[in-house]
Amino acid sequence: MSVRNPLGRLLLYLLLTAAALVIVFPLLYAVSISLMPPAEVNTFPPRFIPSSLRWANYAEVARTVPVARYLLNSLVVSAAVTLGQIATASLSGYAFAFMHFRGRAALFALFMSTMMVPWEVTLIPNYLTIRSLRLLNSYPGLILPFLATAFGTFLLRQFFMQVPRELEDAARIDGCGRFRFFWSVALPLARPGLLTLGAYTFLSTWNQYLWPLLVTNTRLMRTVQIGVRFLMNEEGMQYHRIMAGAVLCLVPALLILLWGQRYLVRGMMAGGIKG
Amino acid sequence: MASLPEQAVRPRPRTQAPKARTRWAELVEPYLYLAPSLALLAIFTFYPIVRSIYLSLFLTDPLGRPRVFVGLEHYANTLSSTFLQSMGVTLLFVFYTVPVGLLLGLALALLAHQPLRGTRLFQLIFSSPLAVSAAIGSTIWVMLLNPVSGILNYLLGYVGIGRVHWLTDPRWALPAVGMVSIWLRLGFNFVLMLSALQNVPEELLEAAVVDGAGFWAKTRHITLPMISPTLFFAAVVGVIHAFQVFAEIDIMTSGGPSNATNTVVYRIYQVAFRQYEFGAASAQAILLFIVMVILTYLQFRLGERRVHYQ
Repeated sequence: MSVRNPLGRLLLYLLLTAAALVIVFPLLYAVSISLMPPAEVNTFPPRFIPSSLRWANYAEVARTVPVARYLLNSLVVSAAVTLGQIATASLSGYAFAFMHFRGRAALFALFMSTMMVPWEVTLIPNYLTIRSLRLLNSYPGLILPFLATAFGTFLLRQFFMQVPRELEDAARIDGCGRFRFFWSVALPLARPGLLTLGAYTFLSTWNQYLWPLLVTNTRLMRTVQIGVRFLMNEEGMQYHRIMAGAVLCLVPALLILLWGQRYLVRGMMAGGIKG
Repeated sequence: MASLPEQAVRPRPRTQAPKARTRWAELVEPYLYLAPSLALLAIFTFYPIVRSIYLSLFLTDPLGRPRVFVGLEHYANTLSSTFLQSMGVTLLFVFYTVPVGLLLGLALALLAHQPLRGTRLFQLIFSSPLAVSAAIGSTIWVMLLNPVSGILNYLLGYVGIGRVHWLTDPRWALPAVGMVSIWLRLGFNFVLMLSALQNVPEELLEAAVVDGAGFWAKTRHITLPMISPTLFFAAVVGVIHAFQVFAEIDIMTSGGPSNATNTVVYRIYQVAFRQYEFGAASAQAILLFIVMVILTYLQFRLGERRVHYQ
């Protein structure tokens, strides 16, 4: 392989560095703008690096828009959806993997078929349902429609299938109840699956856009993604403040990615995560 | 992680016959485990599907209540309206973003898979767009694409390209949004391809080297066939994803200029939540679903033949 000769290796490093710069440039530039004194933002030729770091941009954006509240809203919604999905999907995934009951094959097929249905088809009726329950501008309105998914059930079923059935037989003979086996043996063994589903669900809920745009219209109920969108209206073309807000909203997701990357990789190969 | 389908259908016979006392509980218990998922899916997935079809046959009032039965009229109107133009925009968007996105993801994965010092860092950087939401990414790119103060036009000025009005010129708006979408999607494509590359057996590649194969021969004859199921999966998911693009459009162009970026999903959103015509919007959503099913089916028909499964 070309890696053995020094010239090839140099070329490879050059390519890798060039690609990395192009990919990460928008993020670094956003951070750079977020720290620039306002006078340097729209100069020509443009500046890449601020002459001095102006942390006040962050304080200003936090004063004019409730960024902390956006972050809290997104955190509450994402955490609730994540925990809820892990709960509902582990129960149903376990039932499909371990239990025998009438209509199991048909029910499983019914679950799986919903994975094909695009979200747009359910969007309008779900909006009407949430509105008629008077749940617009509320956490339940943001959370409820996402508490159970066929995908989560399928993914966890795949992990439960790897738990040896002999284990259950042995536990049952020793007088261990169904639920106790599920709770104290199967669930801990399926931990990688729970973490995969958790990382994926948290990130995708955190990044939701259309649903929170529809069901929230008060300032204090906006999530991070909707808040960032309205930041542009509220701040005009004040890019230094808009970018300060954007960077604040970006950091939690970056941290989750750093922590969950390997689980995501595994999960993608396992279940074929939907885009 | 291969699935075990036989086990799913036929569990092993139990070693002990259940006692009569526990029989009833055993019969009901599985449904108790399924109940939370089943109830939620019934309310927020099964019922809405039926409701969408029902609504699509009615004129609705602004509150979304069906008022006048119109049969298939919404479908007929939709097929003769600007819906077709939106479908054209959507297909063009798929065409701009999916092949380029796949090729870039694959190229990055091949680069970052080489056994070199520091590749972990590059792998992390290449997957970083995964953490950037479409809303935040689009906000950043609105700044980069600003025709006057944006950095992109400034850099292009160096190579003698004049000022491009990326988001307000009907010729450029869709490619510009496509470019942002490719960037946003790159992390996903990269991670997917990288994990596929890591699963290619090392012995196969070594054997090829012994036979005198260079980098290109190895890639073409071993790596690509081995990861073709993943490429295929990425293509199918990529098309579905591109069909559903929303946040980028809403933040960067709001469907403009002169409908150049008015995709189907954006249109459904406008018809339902700006004009409050829920019946017509439901018909459009169902037509979108049908188009997606047909396209996915065609992809399987055309793609499966070229895919090599182990």
